[in-house]
Formats: sequence, C-alpha cells, structure tokens
Amino acid sequence: MNTRAARIGLPVLAGVLFLLGWELLVVANDIKPYLLPKPSAIWAQLTRNIDDILTTSARTGTNALVGLVVGAVAGILAALVASRFRVVDSLLVPLAAAVNAMPIIALAPIFNTMFSTTSAVPRRLVVTLVVFFPLFVNALRGLRQVEPIHRELLDSYAAGGWTFARKVRVPGALPFVFTGLRLAASLAVIAAVVAEYFGGLQNGLGTRITSAASNTAYPRAWAYVAAACALGLVFYLAATALERLATPWRTSR
Amino acid sequence: MIELAGIGKTFRGRTDVVALTGIDLTVAAGEFVTFIGPSGCGKSTLLRVVADLTDPTAGTVTVNGKTARQARLDQDYGIAFQQSGLMDWRTVARNVELPLELRGWDRRRRRDRALELLELVGLAEFAGSRPAELSGGMQQRVAIARALATDPKLLLMDEPFGALDEMTRERLQAELTRIARESGTTVAFVTHSIPEAVYLSDRVVVMSARPGRIAAVVDVGLGERTDDTREAPEFFARVTEVREALRGRTVVRAEER
Ligand SMILES: Nc1ncnc2c1ncn2[C@@H]1O[C@H](COP(=O)(O)OP(=O)(O)OP(=O)(O)O)[C@@H](O)[C@H]1O
Ligand SMILES: [Mg+2]
Repeated sequence: MNTRAARIGLPVLAGVLFLLGWELLVVANDIKPYLLPKPSAIWAQLTRNIDDILTTSARTGTNALVGLVVGAVAGILAALVASRFRVVDSLLVPLAAAVNAMPIIALAPIFNTMFSTTSAVPRRLVVTLVVFFPLFVNALRGLRQVEPIHRELLDSYAAGGWTFARKVRVPGALPFVFTGLRLAASLAVIAAVVAEYFGGLQNGLGTRITSAASNTAYPRAWAYVAAACALGLVFYLAATALERLATPWRTSR
Repeated sequence: MIELAGIGKTFRGRTDVVALTGIDLTVAAGEFVTFIGPSGCGKSTLLRVVADLTDPTAGTVTVNGKTARQARLDQDYGIAFQQSGLMDWRTVARNVELPLELRGWDRRRRRDRALELLELVGLAEFAGSRPAELSGGMQQRVAIARALATDPKLLLMDEPFGALDEMTRERLQAELTRIARESGTTVAFVTHSIPEAVYLSDRVVVMSARPGRIAAVVDVGLGERTDDTREAPEFFARVTEVREALRGRTVVRAEER
C-alpha cells in the first residue's frame, strides 16, 4: 500500500540527511571550500547560474544523446550481423574486446585535433565509441542465448533464418539489450562531460567545471558537477522507462 | 502416415549413447499410437526423428508419403514438446497464434482461432496473460492449443498431459480422442501413464531401455471411448497387458486361450 511512497520517500529522506550531515561536517570542522564546499554554497551557485547550467546541460546532453543513439544502433546492428554470420562473429568479437580494453576517453584530445575546434563531432564520437561496446556485447549475448526448444519449435514450422531472428532471437535478446542500454546511458553522460575536459568548444558542462575549478570558484564547479549528476540520472531513468515500455513481460511480475 | 524402417540413433560423445536401435513401425493414417517405456528409453528422440528435428543414424523415415524433411518443410505436423516452450514475450493468445502467424493468417482470423483453442483447453480467460503468470500445467495446455492451431493431419505429442491434475487430464484426453476421431488426425503420443496410453490409443508401443527398442505392441481395440470406457473390464485387461509388457512379460488374452 504505502510501499510506493516508501520507495520514493526513503531515498529522498536519505538524501536530505546526507546533505544535512555534509553541511554540519563542513561547518563544524571549518573545512576550506577548495577541499569541500558547503551544500548551501553549492545551492546558491546553482540558483544563481541556473540559466547557464540549463543551456550547457542541454548542449552536453545533446552530445551524449546523439552519441548514445548512434553507438547503440551501431552496437545492436553489429551484434545482429555477428549473430547471423559466424565469420563476422569471429572477426568482430576480438576487435570489440580490444577496443573495450582501450581507454576510449584518451582519444578525445586526438579527435579534437582531427576536427575543427568549433565542432561537437569529436565529443559525440567519443560517446559513440564508449556506448558501442556494452551494447554490442550485451545484445550479442542475448541474441546467442536461444532456448533449444524455441529453435526446435521454429524448425517444426520450417521457419527460415530471418523469421527465426525476428520471432525468437530479437525479442529474446531485448532484456539483454536494455541491460546494456542502462549501462551505456550513464556512460554516455560521463563520456560527454569528460571529453570536454580536453579543450575544443567552450560550451558544455565539462568546460564550465574545468574553468570554474581553475578560477578557484569551487562551489560553482560543484554546482556544475551536480548538474552533470542530474543529467546522468535523467539518462538512466529514461533508459529504465524505455525498458519497461519495450519489455513489459519482465516488469509485469 | 508414418513409416519407420530400421531406425537407429546413436548420440556421439565422450561415451556414445545408443538411444534407439532397430525401430520398425508403421502408423496408419488416422491411427492413434502411444509410446510408453522407462525414462531414457528414447521416446522423445523417436518423436524428434519423426519430426525431422534430429537425424537418425540408421534407417529411413517416411511421413505422409514423403521424407521426414519434406513433411517438416510442408508443415504437415503439429508438435507439443515435453516442455511447453512458450515465449515469455508473447501473451498466451499470441503464443497460440504463432504457427498461424508464420502461415500468414490475418490478425482477425488468428485471434478467433486462438480463442477457440484456448476455450478448448479451458484457458479462455487467460488469453491476455503472460506465460510467466500461469502454472506449469496451464502452460502445458497453452502448448497443446498451439500444437492444434493449424489443424494438422499429424500430431506429435511428448507427454503433453504430464503436468496436469487428474480431472483436467481426463477431460483433455476425452477432447483429444474426440478431435482425433472427428478430424481423422494421426497422433503419435508419448506418455508415462499406462491407463492414459490405453484410453487414448488404437495401439500402444511398449519400449525398453538401453538400447531403446520396441519390446511389444499392444492392440487396444476398445472401440469408441465413452465415460464408461475407463471402468470397463476390457480396459483393465489392456492396462494389465501393457503393464506386463513393460515388465518384459506377455499375457495371453482370455479370448485367445
Ligand atoms: N542431445 C542429446 N545428446 C546426447 N544424448 C542424448 C541427447 N538427447 C537424448 N540423449 C540420450 O538418449 C537417451 C534417450 O533420451 P530421450 O530423451 O529420448 O528419452 P525419453 O524416453 O524421452 O525419456 P523421458 O521419459 O525421461 O522423457 C537418453 O539416454 C539420453 O541421455
Ligand atoms: Mg522424453
């Protein structure tokens, strides 16, 4: 009955207590702002800069979204092809593993020099690469994990490879795809913010954080960090909502 | 309808398993044949061979006058496996519709047929539910409805009533014999229950294990099934006959003495 209230209320209460404790800790121990600013100071910066926070969030969010969509589509398509053709599979999987072992974010400065400094493309490219891997791996795992009985059932209907993919492989893989997407949604925002740390356009959350920090405006830097957290949360929640919509049989229980 | 000649099936592996050997059997069109035998004697394997879901390592299979492969490609049979094999992501009704969908039936017709079959297995009010919301026996009944959906000339059923309560079981047995008789469907049916085998079939094929082979074939010959069939003395005589065959003995029928 009140489980719903508890589910939302308890985390909120925990958050409020956490902020209160943080404030008291800073005040009681007279901690310097460059170490840890007070939540109240951060809040003041947040409200003062709200317009700029919203516009920079929108820019960084757009980069994250574009990269997420492109990377996710590419990852899923690659997984579909890999699951259908053994040759592609044996080529792509080691390659994907190698790409994943690489700290992709380290490519950001290189991409920056590849494109003009007024371009958002390098950032979106970083996000795309970061997103690609978890989707590829999860989608492929889902596509491969077919129950033998479903294979036999579709064989008994003399169904071809694509029919099988459409009726069994893809729907069966959806839960895995969404596990990957939830993971990738948070990663996309992190990548989009961090990619801005390496120069290029001065118009996103990441650039505001670095410039505030280098100007010793610590509470302001923290205000933008808080915005980045909120953006990450929005992406995660959107992915979760999409998951509920697309795989109702898993959430109806 | 089904002709099996010298069928053998050996699973190769670290140790080879001889699942079937020397199976010769002919099932006439419209006949109801039940396979019974100890666990692991190759009943499911035999059904899979007929369905062309696995290749025999010896012998030939003819189904509906064609090779087993051609019969499968022509979708000549409907099959219910030992597990229900429903798809979590489809509703109960959409699971039943699946074979119709693949045959290109339009939505309306598909839906009507699915509801008709769900009615038959007593699950009409669960049409919109998810398989995960159903009990094991209910899931099994959905799988039966799915196997019947296309009104196949040949039904292959692997312990479809295994998970059902006695009442539902007897009702579905009666329904199945009625459907099979009215539509002239040939049925190959696997069961562990002797009374079920006797009630359903024209012939009971008794199998023995290691290696899986036909130990005996019991002609049931009980005529049309009614509510009284299960209490008839001939019924019990056939049950005894099958039981003895399972034990490796044969009984001489009273009328043949
Ligand atoms: N895919 C497989 N690979 C290897 N061995 C198998 C395979 N399928 C079945 N077997 C073996 O073949 C034998 C017959 O199996 P099968 O499933 O046909 O038995 P069954 O008569 O249907 O048993 P039950 O009554 O328990 O369902 C068993 O010994 C089993 O271990
Ligand atoms: Mg079996």
